[in-house]
Amino acid sequence: MAVSTKRTQGLADKHFHYCPGCTHGIIHRLVAEAIEELGVLEKTVGVCPVGCAVFAYDYFNCDMIEAAHGRAPAVATGVKRVLPESVVFTYQGDGDLAAIGTAETVHAAARGERITTIFVNNAVYGMTGGQMAPTTLLGQKTTTTPFGRQSSVAGYPLKVSEMVATIDGAAYVTRVAVNSPKNILRAKKAILKAFNVQLKGLGFSLVEVLSTCPTNWGLSPPEALRWVKEKMIPVYPLGDFKVPEDEV
Amino acid sequence: MLEAVLLAGFGGQGILSTGMLLSYAGMEEGLHVSWIPSYGPEMRGGTANCAVTVSDAPISSPLVTEPTTLIAMNLPSLEKYETSVRPGGLILYNASLIYRLPERQDARVLGVKANEVAESIGNIRVAANVMLGAFIEVSQAISLKSALEALTKVLPPHRHKLIPANQKALQEGARIAREAGLVNSVNH
Amino acid sequence: MERVLMKGNEAFGEGAVRAGCRHFFGYPITPQSELPHYLARRLPEVGGLYLQAESEVAAINMVYGAAAAGARVMTSSSSPGISLMQEGISYIACAELPCVVVNIMRGGPGLGNIAPSQADYFQAVKGGGHGDYRLPVLAPASIQEIIDLIVLAFDLADKYRNPVMVVGDGILGQMMEPVELGPAPEVTPPPKPWATTGTLGRKSRNVVNSLYIEPEELEKVNLRLQAKYKQVEQEEKRWEEYRADDAQVIIVAFGMVARIAKAVVDSMRMAGIPVGLIRPVTLYPFPDKPLAASASGAAKAFLVVEMNAGQMLEDVKLAVCGRKPVHFYGRTGGMVTSVAEVEGKVRDIWEGLK
Ligand SMILES: Cc1ncc(C[n+]2csc(CCOP(=O)(O)OP(=O)(O)O)c2C)c(N)n1
Ligand code: SF4
Repeated sequence: MAVSTKRTQGLADKHFHYCPGCTHGIIHRLVAEAIEELGVLEKTVGVCPVGCAVFAYDYFNCDMIEAAHGRAPAVATGVKRVLPESVVFTYQGDGDLAAIGTAETVHAAARGERITTIFVNNAVYGMTGGQMAPTTLLGQKTTTTPFGRQSSVAGYPLKVSEMVATIDGAAYVTRVAVNSPKNILRAKKAILKAFNVQLKGLGFSLVEVLSTCPTNWGLSPPEALRWVKEKMIPVYPLGDFKVPEDEV
Repeated sequence: MLEAVLLAGFGGQGILSTGMLLSYAGMEEGLHVSWIPSYGPEMRGGTANCAVTVSDAPISSPLVTEPTTLIAMNLPSLEKYETSVRPGGLILYNASLIYRLPERQDARVLGVKANEVAESIGNIRVAANVMLGAFIEVSQAISLKSALEALTKVLPPHRHKLIPANQKALQEGARIAREAGLVNSVNH
Repeated sequence: MERVLMKGNEAFGEGAVRAGCRHFFGYPITPQSELPHYLARRLPEVGGLYLQAESEVAAINMVYGAAAAGARVMTSSSSPGISLMQEGISYIACAELPCVVVNIMRGGPGLGNIAPSQADYFQAVKGGGHGDYRLPVLAPASIQEIIDLIVLAFDLADKYRNPVMVVGDGILGQMMEPVELGPAPEVTPPPKPWATTGTLGRKSRNVVNSLYIEPEELEKVNLRLQAKYKQVEQEEKRWEEYRADDAQVIIVAFGMVARIAKAVVDSMRMAGIPVGLIRPVTLYPFPDKPLAASASGAAKAFLVVEMNAGQMLEDVKLAVCGRKPVHFYGRTGGMVTSVAEVEGKVRDIWEGLK
């Protein structure tokens, strides 16, 4: 894929444990590059989730905290309120952020916490073995929706960006994907912007990144990239849902 | 009779289902059986192993720390578990992927080119069952017939087209062991 | 009777179905995931509902609602998730609703790991959440026993109108053994006239509640709960003894560790050392009677073996009450006690006795 191959200072020299074709690694790299390019590596504190990215504390080359499942925005709030000059980000999956941690997410946004949340939406619980996530598509088979997700039983896919964008404290909310070189470049820009919004003290920023889980989708890596384009993006359209006022 | 078998190899080598096949066949013979998989993040593309106990008496501890038989499907597994085998026990190793002899002098040892045999049958995924066939022949813990029959129970219906290949694998493994002339001389 | 090979986690699910449970609420967590996976398939087959909650906090509160509505209901999780459920369990205990909670314990504290552990013993047997309450706690040691004890768990829950916890560890959840299912047991939950099902056909309103502003009133509730726990302690202690009659060293262990201990008993007996096992099947109420009896009888020493730093140890000491020495051997962090380690400990104790 056409990401730069130069090593970024933002990542520690450590091999990712992600499955082949998983795009968590790409997203790590984009976040790390953004932190490095903004020159804030030394004042950045990251908070990792419980999910496949649980070991992100080994990968990001900055101070890191491992939070309990879903609680990263609350932990990040604690850090940021003690260290207002720091750059604080959370990196969370869709189970972590949009199920068990919905309240923490919504209220961090409502308080306008000056933190940046990287929200990795792969439509499934990766780490625990492919169970339904709040973002699982209708009809999608998972280990806990063996007959496909039915709205009559398990409700509808949760559109986090659209929802968070309605919150006054949220300054920047956008959805990107990492399924093609072009989209990866856009994702990078969005992540940079989110950190800039934080640096300017404008409020809460959230970048939702559509990501792959070939392992639990039961697809090959190329098929998984295609699935993002053909199945996910129609339900989760890409684009900005909220931008800072001075940019409107 | 008590066989505590440790099957170990890469994820994807069919280790867990081969262990299940042994358990199922043992159960159908009226024996006591237990099956314990390794579980956890290491399963992601990493190592896989399972411990199967087959016994004519109730099984007190199903945990296998000192196997009577080690079936090693790759070199890391042999290296990791060779020393744990009970003195007088059996080491079956996949000679397609392991190019050295086990070092244990107090164990019976048999190398089977399981990958080659599986490929000649036309399905690399049956390699672990080649090893199981050899194990059954050497140990006589269960009959080959039970294993052949248990395939219908262990494989889900949509995989039943794979039964002939798996049967062939068990039979070939048994034949190789028979011809190697390694018979069970130690009483457990 | 036909035997089937079943995974522990699936057996918890099948046991629940056999007990007439038709509602399950849970949140994914390793190493119990096969239980919800199983029920997601199985419950619809019998007209039941599997629902994935957004968190364990939500799951236990869904259980609260379903139990209040009169259903036989279950949830399951593993250590970190069970910690999140404690608030809800306390409310359910005070509101006196029946339900079953399964904890497939994993290494802790914190996020810990997913390896087998028994480190939630205190949390399980002492109540776990806030306030003075107890849960009957059952600890199966084989797949067959899982099936049997889940049915018992639902019966106890209904009998006492109390949450019942069933604990296992990662090994028990992941391992397979043959089980004899036999015909499903006759399930006749008692009538639940207290259930909030709507007043239709009833003269007075039902209220499910755990708020009692007046201390006098709340004390009455507590006294009633304590009387109930007394009855539980009188009627529900269960345990297994294995070669314990003439044993001079008694191993006390529960769940998977008791299986390891059995192997030790056999090997030590072969070596001429008279060892026996007492295995608590109920962790609360704790079966102190057989321990007290052997402390005044043949036993010269006790050895408690656990996959924690010594939690059940305290209950054993209370039961033995200083009459004989009580030793301990444990591994923590998800490390599993081996037969050889326990044998070594038993030999040491035996040498000391001579
Ligand atoms: C309180 C609690 N409940 C459940 C778990 C188990 N758990 C670990 S990761 C995870 C979900 C991960 O899914 P997601 O957030 O979508 O991230 P992904 O793995 O897909 O990247 C769950 C439920 C836990 N660790 N703690
Ligand atoms: S399970 Fe899915 S999300 Fe997790 S590392 Fe593998 S592909 Fe990525």
